[in-house]
Amino acid sequence: MSSADPRDELVEHLPAMRAFAISLTRNGAIADDMVQDTVVKAWTNIDKFEVGTNMRAWLFTILRNTYYSSRRKANREVADIDGVFTESLAEKPAHDGHMQMTDFRKALGELKDEQREALLLVGASGFSYEEAAEMCGVAVGTIKSRTNRARARISELMGLKEDESLEMTDDATMSVISSSKVSSF
Amino acid sequence: MQLGQNDDQERFIDENLRRVYEETVDEGIPDKFKDLLKKLKDQEKSTGQQQ
Repeated sequence: MSSADPRDELVEHLPAMRAFAISLTRNGAIADDMVQDTVVKAWTNIDKFEVGTNMRAWLFTILRNTYYSSRRKANREVADIDGVFTESLAEKPAHDGHMQMTDFRKALGELKDEQREALLLVGASGFSYEEAAEMCGVAVGTIKSRTNRARARISELMGLKEDESLEMTDDATMSVISSSKVSSF
Repeated sequence: MQLGQNDDQERFIDENLRRVYEETVDEGIPDKFKDLLKKLKDQEKSTGQQQ
């Protein structure tokens, strides 16, 4: 840690990178390949990392660039297997076996990449709108509207209506929701 | 909060999102990543640090 080689820090970010990659690609094998590519790129380009800045943001930026350039290359291929991803994702039983998580995963999988990405960066990975905007190379307002649209679309897909949202949740979710009141921003 | 979206709804979505995400984070990382890092390190050593 104190050896001052920022590369020693890489390993700490791997679980988060992998979670982001899996959410983005909805495919474990592709996600792992992407993370591996990212690690190699980060390793060999470490001189481009500004020490003292947010390494996770830097790594996520490389990761998403890797994703979008490979998506561009294999556009048709990805589109073809897309349905399979979503399906297997939906079938993956959540630990708690809740129907709702299955629905949620499915809805998440149906978002446009850009919207899902914005929602993941801001809603799950803990980046600020400003950080997410910089990582995606877009305006802060764009990230805000993407996350808003992503949330609206998920609500729509899950059949949540403004006043019914709580009726939809079960006990487990309710407990998560109430326990998170303390920790959420 | 933004755009007057129902707060409960937003919280519901974000909580589910974090659960999906954290489930994966909690899985940890496959050994191949540690192997890769080790390989990168070894490679550098064997090519010799030319700084």
